[in-house]
Amino acid sequence: MELDLAISPSGFVFDPRTGATFSANPAARLLLEGMQEGEGLAALVARLQAHFEVGEADDLERDVLEFLRVLQDETLVPAERELEG
Amino acid sequence: MSEKPRYERPSLQRHRSGAMNKMGSFPGLRSKGQIDGVAVGELVERYGSPVFVFSQRTLEDRIRTLRDAMRLRWPRVQLAWSYKTNYLDAICQIHHREGSWAEVVSGMEYERAMRNGVPTSQIVFNGPYKDDASLERALVGQSMVNLDHYDELAAAERIAERLGLRPKVGIRLNMSAGSTPRWSRFGFNLDSGQAWDAVRRLLGGGKLDLAGIHCHLGTFVLDLDAYREAAGKLAAFANRLRDELGVKLDWLDVGGGFASQSRLKSQYLPGEQATPPLSRYAEAVADGLRGLNTPPSEMPLLILETGRALVDDAGTLITTVVANKRLPDGRRAVVVDAGVNTLFTSFWYQHQIHPAVPLHGTPEPTVIYGPLCMNIDVVADSLLFPPVEVGTHLLVGPVGAYNIPQSMQFIFLRPPAVLISPRGEHGLIRRAEVLEDLVSLDRVPDWLRGE
Amino acid sequence: MARFTETVLVTGLNATDNPGPGVAVAQSLRDDPDFGGRIIGLAYDMLDPGHFLPDLFDASYLIPYPSGGREALFDRLAYIQEREHAGVLLPNLDSELPALMGQEAALGALGLRTFLPSRAQFDQRNKDRLGELRDKFGIPVPRSVNLVEVEGVYALHKLFPFPMVIKSPFYGATIVHNTDEAVHAFWSAAAQWGYPVIAQAYVEGEEVNVTALGDGRGGMVGAVAMKKMLLTDKGKGWAGVTIRDRGLLSLSEELLRVLSWRGPCEIEVRRDRQGAFHLLEINPRMPAWVDLCFGAGQNIPLATARLAAGEAVTSLPDYRVGAAFVRVSTNTLLTIEELETLSSAGERHGRRTS
Ligand SMILES: Cc1ncc(COP(=O)(O)O)c(C=O)c1O
Repeated sequence: MELDLAISPSGFVFDPRTGATFSANPAARLLLEGMQEGEGLAALVARLQAHFEVGEADDLERDVLEFLRVLQDETLVPAERELEG
Repeated sequence: MSEKPRYERPSLQRHRSGAMNKMGSFPGLRSKGQIDGVAVGELVERYGSPVFVFSQRTLEDRIRTLRDAMRLRWPRVQLAWSYKTNYLDAICQIHHREGSWAEVVSGMEYERAMRNGVPTSQIVFNGPYKDDASLERALVGQSMVNLDHYDELAAAERIAERLGLRPKVGIRLNMSAGSTPRWSRFGFNLDSGQAWDAVRRLLGGGKLDLAGIHCHLGTFVLDLDAYREAAGKLAAFANRLRDELGVKLDWLDVGGGFASQSRLKSQYLPGEQATPPLSRYAEAVADGLRGLNTPPSEMPLLILETGRALVDDAGTLITTVVANKRLPDGRRAVVVDAGVNTLFTSFWYQHQIHPAVPLHGTPEPTVIYGPLCMNIDVVADSLLFPPVEVGTHLLVGPVGAYNIPQSMQFIFLRPPAVLISPRGEHGLIRRAEVLEDLVSLDRVPDWLRGE
Repeated sequence: MARFTETVLVTGLNATDNPGPGVAVAQSLRDDPDFGGRIIGLAYDMLDPGHFLPDLFDASYLIPYPSGGREALFDRLAYIQEREHAGVLLPNLDSELPALMGQEAALGALGLRTFLPSRAQFDQRNKDRLGELRDKFGIPVPRSVNLVEVEGVYALHKLFPFPMVIKSPFYGATIVHNTDEAVHAFWSAAAQWGYPVIAQAYVEGEEVNVTALGDGRGGMVGAVAMKKMLLTDKGKGWAGVTIRDRGLLSLSEELLRVLSWRGPCEIEVRRDRQGAFHLLEINPRMPAWVDLCFGAGQNIPLATARLAAGEAVTSLPDYRVGAAFVRVSTNTLLTIEELETLSSAGERHGRRTS
């Protein structure tokens, strides 16, 4: 997925296209980095699992899909884009 | 092996100038794990969720603080607990144990006060509709009846005549005072001269004695000057009654209306900074009354009908997160098990919401919805709140005023209420409703019963 | 007087076109040879210009908005105090004071002292109560009425002539020329800010301002009068010059006396064609042009800090007339990393001393 963002280790995100800046929490930062590398849904979920202690109640797949909507809402990702498998 | 950090759902916050910065809740929204020393978990396990929890200590503190602040400044003071604010027997009885009388606005409330052992002569009876039977009972019982309009005055006269009584009554006055919007629909208007006319009519009738004047400015009145001015006008009116008509008043009632620590939706500063302390309300009332020209031996009794400011801060609702959602506009939504059916005051106030356990993670704009299938069921809009898991208990406060009497069984039954004593004991002061409580009132007419 | 070496916390770093006073306060401290302490800025927005003036501030921190409540603010102050050990807090925005007035004990526990008015003094200068100063003390305040219902607007013409001013106690004012305009202004003020809405007689004339410092016992420690020479479209001064007018200073003195005002304030006055003064507003803090006071010979920020620290400051020397200022708007260049630091850490450190 094309995601032209400057992401700092502290979670500060800069969109060079629009000049907008954001704060990302660790999970969001990880997902952004994964998306920049073109990862699909399964890989992104695995990325979260590899980095975090995940609880039983957590639904990572849902969270990733919701996060994609947030990115679309912020126009960081085109509205029609879907994640691969 | 190094421990992995605990997962928190992804959150991306756009920087907007003027929006709450992330230090807004630094170093994390304070959690409140207990109420007066009793753990929230223990309360929920024992009584379920949602549950109203009242602090006896806070309630007693507030009552004593107001009473003492007023007595310091005025020789004869009587609090009359405004029943409509919170009907629970236990709450009313705490007030009466502290020496408060009762202020009621209907026959139903009057009966509740009697049930709680209040002598009828210690009941203040207000309100724009007092049915004949209730009015008669109050006049016979020598309650302090404050007449609201001419039709009620005539009704009182008819009762007095029929029973051969000559009751003492008061009249309710309305007026402009300070910057508080006028509640001009209750009582007789002082500024226009209507109140004076009413007094002449009352005395001219020769069937009733005028013994008191009453006014209630409104509710959640933050403006101290409103009380200063209203008390000043009452004093001037009392002086005129005495000088021109020889009327000596037994009571002078300044109503209720003092603000609690809550925060109106339109209010920028939180209650802790916007609400004057009770002592300053007392000071404003005493300032205004300073002009009263009455010999000390004939000083009227000063009655305060404070409701909200005494009980609001003593009440908390424990509610539980049942779902998390993401709204199309990007805001997070949390659904909890108590909505506007239980927390009627959410329509007007921004309640404080504290999690029972510390929450970590980035606060995001969050809407808190109740469990009703109605769009209006919003407990808190646009709160900055960290991610919160299903099952987390939230403490909503202050909610001790008006929610218990105004809550309803729309879609869900009403929750229980619990009291915590100053020594940390706790117990039900109202049990949770069961279906039978409701359906036992229903009737199906004969013609629907056949096969 | 001994050199002042305490660390001072200064708020109001929003030196924008509607400027907060913090940068001018810091400038007055920094430029005074009698000041030898550190200056720590407290700000609400990552882009408040004060963050990016490392010549003035030794460090700056983001703090929660006043609407976030006292608990959040004091938590943050505790965090800052662990690092900075400041002795004095100079709050410079109106909306900050309700959380701080009367909190000597809680602030003291953090090692902080302030020099602020009492809540009663603060309330007394509310726009909807200024009229009392006229009625009780004969302070010349234009006639005004507080309105809570639109009916009152229709009777205004009986009280004073058009044009008149319709305003809220909080913000903004509209000059209206007839009842229709007044009704419109009433509803828009009420819708935005609630009640009361204030109607006030309009005084034609020119505005002059005074920065004054009251000792809390009715005395005036210092005062500097200024005439704005250039205004922004928000009516803020872009350039100004110190003036002297005996009537103006004695009005200020009288005001501080009747209020027993404690702390600094800005007094906004209009001088009519006959030369009489009319009090329009009292702001409970220093103005954004307070560095002009220092330039003219009265360091009101430093005097306030000294009073907060418990030093005795009885009266400041006379000031120079004709001292002037002009605000210079320049751009400061930043890197995205500097913003990142503030955004992620909520603080910035390091003073530039060259
Ligand atoms: C006549 C009267 N007295 C007292 C009260 C209690 O008011 P509060 O709860 O604002 O103190 C009310 C409330 O509406 C009232 O109508």
